[in-house]
Amino acid sequence: MSPEIGTHQLESDTAGDMNFKETELTLALPGESRTLKEMNGGTIGTKRGFLETVDLNLGSPRADCSDKDRNESENDVLTAAKPPAAKAQVVGWPPVRDYRKNAMKSCKYVKVAVDGAPYLRKVNLEMYNSYEQLLSALEDMFSCFTIRNYLNERKMVNGVENVPTYEDKDGDWMMLGDVPWKMFVESCKRLRLMKSSEANGLAPRTPSKCSSTSG
Amino acid sequence: MNYFPDEVLEHVFDFVTSHRDRNSLSQVCKSWYRIESSSRQKVFIGNCYAISPERVIERFPGLKSITLKGKPHFADFNLVPNDWGGFVYPWIEAFARNRVGLEELQLKRMVVSDESLELLSRCFPNFKSLVLVSCEGFTTDGLAAIAANCRFLRELDLQENEVEDHRGHWLGCFPDSCTSLTSLNFACLKGDINLGVLERLVARSPNLRSLRLNRAVPLDTLQKILMQSPQLLDLGVGSYVNDPDSEIYSKLVTAIQKCESVRSLSGFLDVAPHCLPAFHSICPNLTSLNLSYAPGIHGSELTKLIHHCRKLQRLWILDCIGDKGLEVVASTCKDLQELRVFPSDPYVGNAAVTEEGLVAISSGCPKLNSILYFCQQMTNAALITVAKNCPNFTRFRLCILDPTKPDAVTMQPLDEGFGAIVHSCRGLRRLSLSGLLTDQVFLYIGMYAEQLEMLSIAFAGDSDKGMQYVLNGCKKLRKLEIMDCPFGNGALLMDVGKYETMRSLWMSSCEVTLGGCKTLAKLMPRLNVEIMNENELADFSADHTPKVNKMYLYRTLVGRRKDAPEYVCTL
Repeated sequence: MSPEIGTHQLESDTAGDMNFKETELTLALPGESRTLKEMNGGTIGTKRGFLETVDLNLGSPRADCSDKDRNESENDVLTAAKPPAAKAQVVGWPPVRDYRKNAMKSCKYVKVAVDGAPYLRKVNLEMYNSYEQLLSALEDMFSCFTIRNYLNERKMVNGVENVPTYEDKDGDWMMLGDVPWKMFVESCKRLRLMKSSEANGLAPRTPSKCSSTSG
Repeated sequence: MNYFPDEVLEHVFDFVTSHRDRNSLSQVCKSWYRIESSSRQKVFIGNCYAISPERVIERFPGLKSITLKGKPHFADFNLVPNDWGGFVYPWIEAFARNRVGLEELQLKRMVVSDESLELLSRCFPNFKSLVLVSCEGFTTDGLAAIAANCRFLRELDLQENEVEDHRGHWLGCFPDSCTSLTSLNFACLKGDINLGVLERLVARSPNLRSLRLNRAVPLDTLQKILMQSPQLLDLGVGSYVNDPDSEIYSKLVTAIQKCESVRSLSGFLDVAPHCLPAFHSICPNLTSLNLSYAPGIHGSELTKLIHHCRKLQRLWILDCIGDKGLEVVASTCKDLQELRVFPSDPYVGNAAVTEEGLVAISSGCPKLNSILYFCQQMTNAALITVAKNCPNFTRFRLCILDPTKPDAVTMQPLDEGFGAIVHSCRGLRRLSLSGLLTDQVFLYIGMYAEQLEMLSIAFAGDSDKGMQYVLNGCKKLRKLEIMDCPFGNGALLMDVGKYETMRSLWMSSCEVTLGGCKTLAKLMPRLNVEIMNENELADFSADHTPKVNKMYLYRTLVGRRKDAPEYVCTL
């Protein structure tokens, strides 16, 4: 629609090298170009851009696959570069009050699936300060299962053992305990207590590597 | 009518309560103006900079109750820097100095200092009601002053304010002799509360009708409070985490069952959803339910709760309810008038509802007249259907999280869909647009939205024509706020007289230039044209003046304000 799309994208690409984070999501929105403007000293105007020009990753279920792949690979780069990944936001959009945004922020609810249980639960990761607290809350929640403590202590109650794993922002399934607690909270999308038998091949961690505090 | 003595006219005017109607009364003739002004007790000031406190007091000597609004609406979305203004202190100070018998104060988007609250608490012996909405600048120390000094306080209602919390002592400042509370809302406070003090306060407030607790109030305190106050009409639950097998929970169930008067329910900050069935007994009576701060309630627990709420008129919910959940609402809540669906993850930009949920609601709830809907996507077909199903919308706000997203099926702009809404909903007063939109949608708005008073636009339109259609067509327009649209001086200067018929105009990241704004300011001395420039360097445009980052103009009777910060320039 707008002939300015091409130029806009070009400008954003050059800016992208300087600050990849800024261009990650809301690339072509004029608000975004405002922040780019501040960096480049006024070379980009407040032109309207077109969102389909790219890396918007705003999660539309009908998003074009190739766009999505590109987004995810960029996410990879981004998370590698700066964990935890902060999402670039256009100032003023979406029109949600800070008060509400902050109230939601302190609620990081993730689904918890337990192999063998017929239903899922949700926990608020923000309510805990360490892996230990989380795991003991999960044990309370799923009291008929045991969870293999990441320090590799085994508790057998019903004779069923579970290994706690989580899906991170990249969609990979990881074992709990490798990264500092806060980093885990940022990147965890869901939890799964995997049956021990399926977790074969995952070497038990040595206690010294484990970080149980929110450091 | 001139043969009636003043007292009779006054008595008649007493029955006229809405401020708009009273404004109309005052314009009939000089004597009506005089009588109306001297008898008016409730005053509404939509823009605190449109008039000065002295002039308000002069005109309305009988003033007892005032509502003041400060910052422009887009301040809610971080578009207005700190210290822009909206200070209430000068108003309170003027009222105190002139011995106004102030009893009620309601503020929205204003800066309220502890000093203001202290002054307020000391200078007005009959002060009864303080309502603060989206305000900032105060701490719990200010609240302590209110609690301690306002002997006849009935209402302390804090909605979504940013309050610095100095931890809990303020509640203890209500003296033992204070038994007059009817409404107490401190849900927005983040700090701890002395629970014993709270319980005793509730116990000595037999007239308490509305109580909204914060996160720091746990379940067992809630249960004790409910036992003391079964007469509550409006309840905001604080923290709601417990074990359904515990004794406290079963006591809570009993306490809730006694609360037969509760019509409005909110809160559930921190919630264990499996404890929700305790509330099923009062759900059938509810007319208002706000779960928009409870992301922990979702899925089947949520739909089970809603199934019981057959009388609901107002529902505020998070988008994790999903389209399916909205279908449950549509089939259960036949009296629904107002629905707000908020995004549960505004940072990421993934909404869990689509056009399907909206269509379901529109077909199930024919009384719907107000909607705020954050969604993933929309289609023209859906909007056309919604317009047909619900011609009674007075407020229609649609926010597609991806702001220039086209029709998800046809990839066309959403002009036709919104056009159908304004065409069908003749009583529409407030409209917010989003999605891919061309000048065409504004043509429709100008043509059909005859009652429109407030319009919010972002990332829409192609040219000046868009804004011109709106300014030309919408005769009742009062507030227009625009961000990131290609509207420039041509639109801004088309009809400068129009702005005196409106409360305010906001334009940010558009194409208007400093030259255009200066021209406007020169032509219209009774407007304050404020420019906010945060960047040193800005684009230069055809008229060789820089583009304006943010412009906020409003009509005023008192000229430029004296409290503007450095970055604001009134032309």
